[in-house]
Amino acid sequence: MNRGKPAALVIGGGIAGIQAALDIADAGYPVYLVEREPSIGGRMAQLDKTFPTLDCSSCILTPKMVDVGNHPNIKLMTYSDVVSIDGVSESANQRMFHVQVRKKPRYVDVDKCTGCGSCAEACRMKGRVTSHFNEGISKRSAVYVPFPQAVPLKYTVDPEACLLLTRGRCGKTLLCKDACPAGAIDFEQREELVDLEVGAVIVATGFDLLDPHLKPEFGYGVYPEVMTGLEFERLSSASGPTMGKITVDGKEPKDVVLIKCVGSREKDRRAFSLGRSSGAERQTSSRDPHTGVPYCSRICCMYTAKHAHLVRDQIPDARITVFYIDVRASGKGYEEFYDRVREEGVVYRRGEPAEVYRRGEKGDRNGRLVVAAEDTLLGKPVEVEADLVVLATAVVPRADAGQVAELVGIECSPDGFFQEAHVKMHPVETATDGIFLAGCCQGPKDIPDAVAQAKAAAASALVALRRLEG
Amino acid sequence: MAEPKPRIGVYICHCGVNISATVDVEQVTAFAAGLPGVAVARDYLYMCSDPGQVLIRQNIEAHDLNRVVVASCSPRMHEPTFRGAAEQAGLNPYLVNMANIREQCAWVHADRKAGTEKAEALVASAVAKAALLEPLEAREVEVTPGAVVIGGGLAGMVAALNIADAGFPVTLVEQSDHLGGRVADLNRTYPTLESAAELLEPLIEQVRSHPNVTVLLNSRVTSVEGYVGNFQVAVQNDHQSQISDRQAGSIIVATGYDVFDSRRKPEYGYGQYPNVVTTLEMEQRLTEGDLAVDGRTPHNIAFIKCVGSRDAQVGNPYCSRVCCMVTAKQAYLVKERLPEAKVTVFYMDVRTFGKGGEEFYDEVREKGVLYRRGNVSEIVRRGDRVALIAEDTLLGRPIEVEADLVVLAVGMESRTDADAISGLLKLPRSADGFFLELHPKLRPVDTAVDGVFLAGCCQGPKDIPDTVAQAKAAASSALILLLRGTVLAESATAVVEEELCAGCGMCVEVCPYGAPALHPLWNVSRVNAVLCKGCGACAVTCPSKAIRLQHFTEEQVLAQIDALVEV
Amino acid sequence: MMALKTAELTEQLELLGCIQCGKCTGGCPVARKTTLNIRSLIYHMLVEPEMDVDAHPELWDCTCCFTCVERCLKDVKPAELIIALRSQLVESGRIPDTVGAALMAIFRQGNPTGIAREDRANWGADLGIKVAQGGADRAGRFETLYFVGCIPAYDQRVQPVARALAQTLAAAGVDFCTLGTEESCCGNEVRRMGELGLFEMLVEKNSELIRSVGASRVVTTSPHCFNTFKNEYGLDGIEVLHYTQFITELIEEGKLKLSEPPPSKRGGREGGLTVTYHDPCFLGKQNHVFDEPRAILQAIPGVKLVEMDRSRERSLCCEGGGGRMWNEGTNLEERLAFQRVQEAADTGAEILAVACPFCLLTLEDAVKVQGLEERLKVMDIMELVSLALHNG
Repeated sequence: MNRGKPAALVIGGGIAGIQAALDIADAGYPVYLVEREPSIGGRMAQLDKTFPTLDCSSCILTPKMVDVGNHPNIKLMTYSDVVSIDGVSESANQRMFHVQVRKKPRYVDVDKCTGCGSCAEACRMKGRVTSHFNEGISKRSAVYVPFPQAVPLKYTVDPEACLLLTRGRCGKTLLCKDACPAGAIDFEQREELVDLEVGAVIVATGFDLLDPHLKPEFGYGVYPEVMTGLEFERLSSASGPTMGKITVDGKEPKDVVLIKCVGSREKDRRAFSLGRSSGAERQTSSRDPHTGVPYCSRICCMYTAKHAHLVRDQIPDARITVFYIDVRASGKGYEEFYDRVREEGVVYRRGEPAEVYRRGEKGDRNGRLVVAAEDTLLGKPVEVEADLVVLATAVVPRADAGQVAELVGIECSPDGFFQEAHVKMHPVETATDGIFLAGCCQGPKDIPDAVAQAKAAAASALVALRRLEG
Repeated sequence: MAEPKPRIGVYICHCGVNISATVDVEQVTAFAAGLPGVAVARDYLYMCSDPGQVLIRQNIEAHDLNRVVVASCSPRMHEPTFRGAAEQAGLNPYLVNMANIREQCAWVHADRKAGTEKAEALVASAVAKAALLEPLEAREVEVTPGAVVIGGGLAGMVAALNIADAGFPVTLVEQSDHLGGRVADLNRTYPTLESAAELLEPLIEQVRSHPNVTVLLNSRVTSVEGYVGNFQVAVQNDHQSQISDRQAGSIIVATGYDVFDSRRKPEYGYGQYPNVVTTLEMEQRLTEGDLAVDGRTPHNIAFIKCVGSRDAQVGNPYCSRVCCMVTAKQAYLVKERLPEAKVTVFYMDVRTFGKGGEEFYDEVREKGVLYRRGNVSEIVRRGDRVALIAEDTLLGRPIEVEADLVVLAVGMESRTDADAISGLLKLPRSADGFFLELHPKLRPVDTAVDGVFLAGCCQGPKDIPDTVAQAKAAASSALILLLRGTVLAESATAVVEEELCAGCGMCVEVCPYGAPALHPLWNVSRVNAVLCKGCGACAVTCPSKAIRLQHFTEEQVLAQIDALVEV
Repeated sequence: MMALKTAELTEQLELLGCIQCGKCTGGCPVARKTTLNIRSLIYHMLVEPEMDVDAHPELWDCTCCFTCVERCLKDVKPAELIIALRSQLVESGRIPDTVGAALMAIFRQGNPTGIAREDRANWGADLGIKVAQGGADRAGRFETLYFVGCIPAYDQRVQPVARALAQTLAAAGVDFCTLGTEESCCGNEVRRMGELGLFEMLVEKNSELIRSVGASRVVTTSPHCFNTFKNEYGLDGIEVLHYTQFITELIEEGKLKLSEPPPSKRGGREGGLTVTYHDPCFLGKQNHVFDEPRAILQAIPGVKLVEMDRSRERSLCCEGGGGRMWNEGTNLEERLAFQRVQEAADTGAEILAVACPFCLLTLEDAVKVQGLEERLKVMDIMELVSLALHNG
């Protein structure tokens, strides 16, 4: 690390954080990249192919991840949280931040771990712990790497799943420790607090997706054939739990329906309260107002088109229907991609489905799912049978966005995402000098916009760091 | 001194199942192990991952390897990664070769037997070349600490300011007589409805008064020489017809867009009927406060979206991204000024996706603006008014709607004078005519020309926040060069063997980059290694076979072909 | 031909918020069997200067299940347009005869059946129920007011439900009263049939009566009364509960012990009664009370609760609401209730439990028409509770 120069802190190791860190580091300044998961990569690592070029997401992401891992100017702190940030003014124009980072214990010595995976093979909890990376579709061991191209490729013991850590004992002998050829398992590890001083902070903490249970009319959680877009990504991804085979209950779906705007564009309804009382609750109605968000989630039209294409690619004779209200294909090459997908025989029907139900004798599993909607261009209600229903759920701020904002010292907009200094002219600055935003934590956006914004944040950070150099 | 015999390490990547599903990687590995010069052959799940690279590094040391072949994905993905791994182990990065057995094999074939055979052939070919690879030295070039920004609109100003704030001198070249570009022509901006002029003024003031920024108005770039880190940009002032040379380490292109000419859609009667105007003209009217048509206040105002966008007929299949919001904004402002007027927006889709966009769309409808789904087919005269003829696709029948004033939401197009810029800078264009970025997902501001970056709508339609972000992104790319102070030049360049050179000059003629030049005294060609892109045109053209393209020598290429044919 | 100028109503109902997504019509239970297309009606309001209300007899098909209102992305409340258009028809007297008769009866006798007001309390005359009637002496004496409702009071099939509820409250030691013969129709259906003037009257009269009792809570038999008291009356400071909510509370507080397993025809060696529950639109969809009815059923010994596929938010409307009790609609052939009881029977349940008088009547009728009497019996939850409290 370039010791003589002031450093930057990037919070969040998704594509936005990665890009911001790389730009600052390439310019010759030291960067601390703090990521709470065991590996960087964020949401992009979970994606299969990206629109509109259909590049394999990990393929274009991993070179950047590797760059970060190898960069002499980047100190990568994964499996770590930022505990506190205190701004200390040195003079009117300059500001340094004292940051404390908590490095959570992996219970694995990263200097010894070779990423061989023997511990995970041997783990008593193998196949029994839900994999969040795979959106709950598959199970893993209590000691794991989130995905095979993780950076760093070091194993981590999940403190909520490990028998030793949760119950105090794991059989007579620790299988992971026994299996590890490098002697890297170390349950004596404790968390470590690290103090840093930085001249600029970039917040790139990403997003969550709306809980589809909030839209019960679609039967998510009731019908196994109904899944979210991100679950579909894991299903169709070659590195996913089915090695990329799109199957539902072991069978290839022949009728696929994709539903957009699930929870987005809902007026006056808030799906979350930011830890403060939600003023949007209506006084006179006993109806639960917390079901959706009023903004457009921006990426769903395109990723739905992509999903439709991926199905068509794998199952050439499938009948694929996309239900929409508008098709928002506005980026470079996007409208052309939408054209292509329709040319591939994906049918776009205008109408937001009202519900999904199962039609069959005795409510049994052999009955098919039916998506009920009005086709507004036909002007009448329609029912489309489906073996697979994919819901494009709303992009929402992370559940702890409010806490992160408080910790960092920034504000949230009414929609819950972090507030930029000016929505038109200062999209990456915040009201606090020296603190910048990148990626979806500021609002939903696709990869090109996240990358551009991350670079923009880096540019601002570089100016701040230059000023500190005097 | 005898060259040491090649000791080649070959690594076959599974790429998860991407390669191994079609190619029998174990078989290929076994095959590779038997190839001449191969000291070790291994296969691994993800060669690009940490352990994959560690494997290469460890093997180089343990087996005393002096060449590495990685059979995996396209070099565009991970060539730098594997070169880096080799370098870390002390091996010259140009002694690494790759065989693309994914995009060029596993991903395009289904037959496992044939796919495996092809992969073996590709590997044999790569090994044959690897045996003949030579170490090449990377060169560092100094970077001129300064930048030139072409275009004084919003994007250009933001980029210039950011670079200037970081302490570097910036020359901002603007062909008109004022800064601010298209945003300066706007009335108010969505969704906050702030005055565009008020947003822009502080920025213009900052640019004008910044000690590091030199603004050249009424000026054009007439030529660009040089290469990354060392550009010479000639700027001509229109009025004084005087040319000044600016030195720059980096160039940012922020030349903006043109507006679709509505006369290309004659069915709308633009230019024929005074009632038909464009959204840009509408901005002006809103600023001047004059919405009258032929002196009369309009009572029925219609907006038509997607004029010149999403339209194969006029050659613009792309979406212009901003028009839905512009239309919503103007409809809102019109309704505010003329509350009694009937305001209708004709649409195919409503793309109000930005921050605050959907909420603004809700407000616009609440204000009383009616959205009707249907792309207007034509406009005809009705006395001193016009009638819009369309199908209302939600009613499912044809309609005719009369209007006093029709506003066409015209799309963005690449500038006609962009040809000049792309010629000067050798910038490629995408199918939609805008400048082509290096990678649409991960390199949105970089171009194929190192050191030249894109900002704003010249790369594709976008609104103000995205323009600002992208301009700053371009600034960041420029700052990387400027702050580092040096840049690595590509090493796989052409070299002239001067004893063989006849001084015919054909290489100079054929090179697109102006890299070779005939020495005025000795009459031999010399290639500027920093300008050279390693395309090989000169090497092929030279009648004396005097030019060697390093890393792609004739011997190496012939060895590749021989290996492919023999297998 | 009744031409309504659309502009005013469009503005009043804020219909311009609509983005024509079609979710309303898509989820409308009757849209599948009639020409009722609420999205299209809204669009007509937006784009045409006039609407010929007469040309839409299907307006009377709407059951006011409010699925459209529940699901509308832009908070437009499509069903309110139907109510508004109905009110136009009511004002000009162009309404189905049966609807007119019911409204007249409500006006005259305070209930739609037409039976005299004086007979309103007959259903429980022998039960010693306290009535809060007359003057200042009623204020504050009772904590709980049991609002019986018209159909439970007058309909022979539903009276046992009221009786069961009254007896259960007594068994739980709840100190409650009713309004006796002073009770009038709550008006929920009146508003939905478009008689807004009569509705206002009923609201004024009932509110005064209810407030004067001084009770801190009102418990209703019918989800329809519950809905309007809770959401449309403005009874601030008074807790409005449907009986399922109150009974659940009583069970949780230990005041009600359900100890007797109700008899089963098919219990066999294990005994046990398989029950499936139909969520009424006015209780479930509109007011999100899903769990309490199920909690009660599961507190009954021997009950095995099975769910139909269309449960909770996706329950299939029985076509009893929105004035449909007094109006057959434009399609008599396919009744949603027929489909519903078939769905219930297909779960294998012996009992189809309901918590709404309209559901009780329409579904029981459907069971008879479909010839499912041997397989399925429709019972109100209170009837099952009653069996579980003491032997029948």
